[in-house]
Amino acid sequence: MEIAVLAIGVLLPFVLKDYLTVYATRVLILCLFALSFDLVWGYAGIMSFGQAVFFGTAGYGVALIARDLGVTSILLVLPAGLLIGLAFALVLGGFLLLGRHPSSVIFVALGTLTGSYAADRVARGWYYLGGQNGIPSIPPMSLGSYDIVEGPVYYYLVLGILLLVYLVCRFLVRSQFGLALAGLRENEQRIAFFGYQVQRLKAIIFSFAGAIAGLAGSLYAFHEGFVWPNMLGVVMSTQVVLYVLFGGSGTLIGAVIGTVAIEAVSFWLSNDYQDIWPIILGVLLLLVILFRPAGLISLILGERERVGRFGRPPRERE
Amino acid sequence: MALFEARGLIKVFGKLTALNGADLTVAENEFHGLIGPNGSGKSTLMKCVAGAEIPTAGKVTFGGRDITQAPPAERARAGMSLKFQITSVLPALTLYDNILLALQAQTSLPSLVFSRTRGVLHDRVMAMLEQFRLVDRAAESASVLSHGQQQWLEIAMALAPEPKLLLLDEPTGGMSLEERRVTGELLQPIKKRCSLVIVEHDLDFIRDICDRLTVLDQGSVLDCGSVQHIQSSARVQEVYLRRV
Repeated sequence: MEIAVLAIGVLLPFVLKDYLTVYATRVLILCLFALSFDLVWGYAGIMSFGQAVFFGTAGYGVALIARDLGVTSILLVLPAGLLIGLAFALVLGGFLLLGRHPSSVIFVALGTLTGSYAADRVARGWYYLGGQNGIPSIPPMSLGSYDIVEGPVYYYLVLGILLLVYLVCRFLVRSQFGLALAGLRENEQRIAFFGYQVQRLKAIIFSFAGAIAGLAGSLYAFHEGFVWPNMLGVVMSTQVVLYVLFGGSGTLIGAVIGTVAIEAVSFWLSNDYQDIWPIILGVLLLLVILFRPAGLISLILGERERVGRFGRPPRERE
Repeated sequence: MALFEARGLIKVFGKLTALNGADLTVAENEFHGLIGPNGSGKSTLMKCVAGAEIPTAGKVTFGGRDITQAPPAERARAGMSLKFQITSVLPALTLYDNILLALQAQTSLPSLVFSRTRGVLHDRVMAMLEQFRLVDRAAESASVLSHGQQQWLEIAMALAPEPKLLLLDEPTGGMSLEERRVTGELLQPIKKRCSLVIVEHDLDFIRDICDRLTVLDQGSVLDCGSVQHIQSSARVQEVYLRRV
């Protein structure tokens, strides 16, 4: 399944028109963003309802670095975006997750949502950040003297980064650390009695996911050429929840499939049904969530395959 | 020297005093039973021992160290392990992974990320499953087990990290007579390895495996001593046994 998706991803620019390759690049960046939310919610059971705050702050951060400092080197701006996402997630995660007592799902959901909403309002009201209009005309990302502009090169850059992040996440969720995350998601109180420091575990995965969202946000900023307050706010935060729920939370490939499916359907519907496409999309999402609560991926994988196995089954020993 | 000691524990929930100056002392390799009628404070005392509840007043020491305010994870790291009253195995995971999850709790973060202890712990996981007669079902999800088998799995999870003090809250709850008998057999061999505090309603079961008993009534200790002492205690017979 994963190989098939990768093969399609590699071949796509050869069959798509240029403007569609640009659109596909945007979708791949959103897949990266969806992976970050899937890690915290699908794997660790932390409802980060404001994941866009890391995506957007990193986007704004690299836009300012490019605009005010003239730094556009890919070797500097992408690590900077990653670090900005990580730093914001550390601060917000420290506040929401590292209290004396374990935080409830609702507390974290509302806390992250508030963070996202507050960041959106700050961006809208701050002249330095461009207010409602955001920061336009960000210079393109560069490698040496070469400008990386939207098109096939940017597409393959994003595909490569997505693949790398996907493999790192895959390694992580299949490791013993992934088993600890599964325990966290299934019964947080139970694993605390085994000796797991659950708040610390949560803060670690939350920060790691924040870094991925930051990386996605910085790629998005340079790809679009401008950043705007919606990137930080509730709309983007809700969108990523839908991607993951639609595709199937708790599976990495589910997050990718969900993002591609929603964006592809939106693209097609917005062309052919210009007036009512959001309603059709909403109904589709509702149908999937009602009848396939485990997402589209559950059409292919059973519960056992989705949860996965962490230890060696006995027959492998013999 | 006692391995575990609780002195003058008081636990108040609103207007209800669940524990009213309860004491509990457990020696090394001692099997200690907590009995008492419903509402006598057994489970609350167990929760205060395990760290699920922090007592309103009183002191708890483990291995000579004051752990009264310590959270559950810290107590677990010190060598205390709990089996909950309500079965709380992780149903979506395999039996193997349930045990591995319990065993790897004290592995460092880098070792978890790079799965450094997965191979090392394999034999211990299999040994626990073997000991609790679940080895044939290692690769199945815990959700498909019968209630009694889930109780065994949870005891195995609590025992896997080789605790100094094992806390079992009603381990035979909901089990058939045969399953209770087998549970007694499964618990006997651990006597050489750790101390045990057990809350149980089945007096025959608790009489068979425990060295000492503490009888609670209305949040206070009614009597404490050997099984023979408790069986012949007029106070216990008056207040507790007559009600059962």
